[in-house]
Amino acid sequence: MSQRIDVKDLNIYYGDFLAVQDVSMAIEPQSVTAFIGPSGCGKSTFLRTLNRMHEVIPGARVEGTVAMEGVDLYGDDVDPVAVRRQVGMVFQRPNPFPTMSIEENVLAGVRLVNKRISKADAAELVETSLRGANLWEEVKDRLAKPGSGLSGGQQQRLCIARAIAVKPQVLLMDEPCSALDPISTLAIEDLISELKRDFTIVIVTHNMQQAARVSDRTAFFNIAGTGKPGRLIEMDETGVMFASPTEKATEDYISGRFG
Amino acid sequence: MTTLTSPSPAGAPGSSDERTLAVAASLRQVDARRFRTDRIMQVLVYLAFALAMVPLVSVAWTVVDKGIDRFSPYFLQHSMRGVFGGMDAGGIYHAIVGTLEITAGAAVISVPIGILTAIYLVEYGTGHVARAVTFFVDVMTGIPSIVAGLFAYALFALFFGAGARFGLMGSVALSVLMIPVVVRSTEEMLKLVPNELREASYALGVPKWLTIVKVVLRTAVAGIVTGVMLAVARVVGETAPLLVTVGVIDSINYNLFAGRMMTLPVYVYDQYSKGLAPCSSSATDCITTINYDRAWAAALTLILIVMLLNLLARLVSRYFSPRMR
Repeated sequence: MSQRIDVKDLNIYYGDFLAVQDVSMAIEPQSVTAFIGPSGCGKSTFLRTLNRMHEVIPGARVEGTVAMEGVDLYGDDVDPVAVRRQVGMVFQRPNPFPTMSIEENVLAGVRLVNKRISKADAAELVETSLRGANLWEEVKDRLAKPGSGLSGGQQQRLCIARAIAVKPQVLLMDEPCSALDPISTLAIEDLISELKRDFTIVIVTHNMQQAARVSDRTAFFNIAGTGKPGRLIEMDETGVMFASPTEKATEDYISGRFG
Repeated sequence: MTTLTSPSPAGAPGSSDERTLAVAASLRQVDARRFRTDRIMQVLVYLAFALAMVPLVSVAWTVVDKGIDRFSPYFLQHSMRGVFGGMDAGGIYHAIVGTLEITAGAAVISVPIGILTAIYLVEYGTGHVARAVTFFVDVMTGIPSIVAGLFAYALFALFFGAGARFGLMGSVALSVLMIPVVVRSTEEMLKLVPNELREASYALGVPKWLTIVKVVLRTAVAGIVTGVMLAVARVVGETAPLLVTVGVIDSINYNLFAGRMMTLPVYVYDQYSKGLAPCSSSATDCITTINYDRAWAAALTLILIVMLLNLLARLVSRYFSPRMR
């Protein structure tokens, strides 16, 4: 249950400002693709165009195509809400709904759209999603407690459970570990390796070791200077990228001789 | 201090000791000027607080002191029908009914309009329209209450002719005063909802309107309820617009849509303006100050109603606010 994404000649704008220029890439199904690059180079912006979250910001727009199994996500007949049900997202900072319990948070994707679900189905969905996010054992006795009472790492895994409960094809992760301690980070990285059996995963990270550890393919983004658009410099198998990158800029960035 | 900045030769005997002493001295140094300013400001703040409390305590004390004698179950349960002169009778039941119904009517009109306007301003509005709405809401905040009353009077005069007076007119007049308060407070509350929650909801494939209803409003509901209650408290004591639109009556009228109604603030005004009651020296059942007594007791009732509403708002908002554990 995962899909290939082909991006072609994508330009991303905030109003008149060109933020990311001319990106073309293929994201392989059932694999982990990592985006690395310096701050402000447009990794997150690009990630957000993959589930049409970019256009939530006033004035934001894109040119080019993002095709999932041949269907252009930016086509006229495509509903952004439907796109987001197929392409889930986990954010930098854990953001469980503060008014909801752990259980309600997991079911949010179902309940918030007024879909009817039987008690038994709901309980099953909660358990499989929380197990999928490696959180079940820790919270099974307090499902009715608020999600905001969990630790940061647990909250982030709750957000992952919430995202996979919608059963998307693709899971986007925007620096999911940057607000977490090393132990929680390890837990999430293990989880990512498990999740790629079922999902196509795209992860933005500032942590080079993390990209090397979890990803199958790595894309390096860079920016020429302030006010200039970010670009995709190169993309390859993670092993190749870290051992023998083609571009000088990639090598400099990876080896820390940059910025 | 100079020992700290002057470069001392490395390894010179005593130099590190000297530095330690200097640091210790600077740690113990008291900045007398800052200390004094701190004290003065502290005194000023407490003084300002005490000053602000004076009228509050004074009003509360006066109203309780003068109103408590008349305040009784009988007073709360009877109207003024058939009461005249200095009779030791009469109550405010009809005014309580009027105040509750008319204020509830105003809330029913202004809460949906106010909340929807705030949603538009925070979630949808951009550019000229939103700025115009914000501007006119600000203008509305400054409308004198009597003008709101005259507006409602003129509006209903178009349909029912001049001289029409009934409860709903008062509700409309009060809602003109209430809407800007509801819009403003709701707007602030909606702005406080973190954008991350909206994005989290969108990312789950939830449409915008459901995100607003089930995430944004749900998260902000405690603050919205408080804001609405403050708006109610703001209009429940209005006198002038009700005098113009609802009028004065001595008997009970439950019907918001026909006939004059009494309200507590108008009752207070009406009683107080009657002045001392003429009593013949032989009369036993006659109190000269009865009108004043009733006015104070009615004022006390009004304050109690506002306090009860506030208490209710607190309970509601506590029930809805996010819990941490």
